[in-house]
Amino acid sequence: MAMNENTAQTFQPIAARKAPTATEGPVAWVRINLFGDWTTALMTLLVGAVLLWMLPQVLSWAVFRAAWAPDYEACRVDGVGACWGVVAEKYRIIVLGRYPFEEQWRPVVATSLLLFMLVGSCTRAFWKLWVLPAWVAALVIYFTLMYGNVLGLEKVETDRWGGLPLTILLASLSMMLAFPIAMVVALGRRSNLPAIRTVCTVYVELVRGVPLISVLFMASFMFPLFMPVGFSIDVLVRVIIGITLFAAAYMAEVIRGGLQAIPKGQIEAAATLGLSYWQTQRKIVLPQALAMVVPSIMNNFISLFKDTSLVTIVSLYELTGALSLALNSDANWRPFKIEGYLFIALIYFAFCFSMSRYSIWVEKQANKGRMR
Amino acid sequence: MSNTSSPKKTAWSWRSQAFRGIIYQLLAIGAVVLAIWFLASNTMHNMQVRGIQSGFDFLGDPAGFDIGESLYPFDSSSPYWNAFLVGVLNTLRVAILGIILTTLIGTLIGVGRFSRNALVRGLCYGYVELFRNVPILLQLLMWYLLLTDALPFVTEALQVGHIFLAKGGLVFPKPIWEIGHLFGALGLVAGAILGVAYRRWGYRKFEQTGQLRSMFWVPVGIFVVAGVLGWAAAGAPADFDFPAKGDFSIEGGGALTPEFLAVLLGLTLYTAAFVAEVVRSGIQSVAHGQNEAAAALGLNPGHVMRLVTLPQALRVIIPPLTNQYLNLTKNSSLAVAIGYPDVVSIANTSLNQTGRAVEAIAIVMLVYLTTSLATSLFMNWYNARSAIKER
Repeated sequence: MAMNENTAQTFQPIAARKAPTATEGPVAWVRINLFGDWTTALMTLLVGAVLLWMLPQVLSWAVFRAAWAPDYEACRVDGVGACWGVVAEKYRIIVLGRYPFEEQWRPVVATSLLLFMLVGSCTRAFWKLWVLPAWVAALVIYFTLMYGNVLGLEKVETDRWGGLPLTILLASLSMMLAFPIAMVVALGRRSNLPAIRTVCTVYVELVRGVPLISVLFMASFMFPLFMPVGFSIDVLVRVIIGITLFAAAYMAEVIRGGLQAIPKGQIEAAATLGLSYWQTQRKIVLPQALAMVVPSIMNNFISLFKDTSLVTIVSLYELTGALSLALNSDANWRPFKIEGYLFIALIYFAFCFSMSRYSIWVEKQANKGRMR
Repeated sequence: MSNTSSPKKTAWSWRSQAFRGIIYQLLAIGAVVLAIWFLASNTMHNMQVRGIQSGFDFLGDPAGFDIGESLYPFDSSSPYWNAFLVGVLNTLRVAILGIILTTLIGTLIGVGRFSRNALVRGLCYGYVELFRNVPILLQLLMWYLLLTDALPFVTEALQVGHIFLAKGGLVFPKPIWEIGHLFGALGLVAGAILGVAYRRWGYRKFEQTGQLRSMFWVPVGIFVVAGVLGWAAAGAPADFDFPAKGDFSIEGGGALTPEFLAVLLGLTLYTAAFVAEVVRSGIQSVAHGQNEAAAALGLNPGHVMRLVTLPQALRVIIPPLTNQYLNLTKNSSLAVAIGYPDVVSIANTSLNQTGRAVEAIAIVMLVYLTTSLATSLFMNWYNARSAIKER
């Protein structure tokens, strides 16, 4: 070979390969995710152009040109963007409704307590037995504070309750009341006894087939007809009963899904050990099934929270209703209703979004055992 | 449930499970019957005391109120049942259009969350979180306010071509009905039959010879060409009723009221966020190995999507999608809050005029129950068709 003759030739390495393109770091991320190939790049340019065109306009309206002071004259000047003054002026009516002005510390304290219990019950530290008496005590304190008429507190009728406290009360109380009903109905739908199964199925399908608004109409218009003469219940209680029965049907379906996912062997094993039906359900089936459906129940709660806005149609002034209450009667501020809507939309969003984040966390917790 | 070995003969003793079962059931039925009897007798008694008339005979009386929009002629002298029919048609109109639009938008956004483009991914995620975390009622109210407040007056309507948008709603050109359109429709029907026949023939050929023919574009082409031919054969009528700006209003053309637009927009955009999540979870549920295996067999990406991914994803998608359709239909009842004359709104007006709460609410519930049951029957049929085929 030629190599042997030409001894003077030294070893010549071939040119080094180029360093591999980085796959980490912000530059690489932009290259891969925004300019991966020509369709992606084109899409980035198109969407980016639209965003660059729209964002400044939105920001200018919502922030730079906005009027922040509670002064409606300032909002009517030409060229002024959003009028956040409406929130600054009316926030107490929007958030607390028609509750007597001097007493408004009461719903604030009571709702803070309720929220503390709700948020607390979502963390591991509260998952003990003492949480039940704590809840009972919290509810007693809540209603004492809200209704008054004892301990020198002025009596405040339920028709003056409103705003965010009412929204939170409706959602959380209906959910708590619906849970035991849903559990019984879910068990009933899977029972061996045909009559009980039929009753539960008819209830669930009937309620799930009609809109909540018709249930609320029924609670507010027809309920008085259903009861014996002279027997009257507060409209708030009627609405809570309506929402509870509605929510229970949906929750029963969720729980049934969990029950169905329990392998038959578990029940057979329990029968072998000599456990009765209720012992089997209480000690074997329900603990497993309920742990499985907690995220879905959370989703139920989120939609229930949003659905409470419907009670404004039967004249209860929760958050949505309180906004109309605050602005409809005031000609000075009525033109700035959209800012008010955006404000309460933000409140709803904050609640629902954090709850959906929590539901994702619970799902991860529940799956920990399976992800060893 | 725990004990399936029931004794052969029912023993009349508390120790027999079958006997206890009968007692429990009798108790349950008894409680239900008692509750219904209690409610019914109270209602009867209350009605007598308050002098409320009952019965559905009021449906024949003249309604005495006008309805803002209806698909067929209605005036205040028409009977109540006519008013209810208008309401049902309005509900169905907004629900059916909403279901079609929400499926399209929701699918696009759901698929968009798998985009290779981070900007598109982020926007789709933002859309879903934004729209599903704000109550639908609030969204409807906001759309209605935007459509009635923020838009210019009719005299300064926004105009794109022959389409006008103003406080009074959306006005658009409407084709003038002629016999030629009927021919076009007949052509489309013939095209559909021919297209299906072509597909059948194509499948047979494929099984005999293994030659793959275009199974989508050729049938679609046949369908379109047949329709155009039928329309052209009748002289190709293409007259439109163009709306024109008058002094105080926009005249001519077809029109959509702001109420209808607000309900449609609100329902569609809200439900689309949920549909997007359903589609996303459906696509995610198909194991990645399936795609790789299909690619290894030499299928192109279109075929992988159509023949492998979608059929499996649909099984996961259809049941929750049905729920979303039902939710959209039920949520259309919120139209009452912004004055769109759907069935709830009509029932509400009738209730206030005649005082027959029980009957009016019963009609509303019946309408929604029927729609819900019909939708779920159809979707169950479709679900059974696409369900996994096991021996």
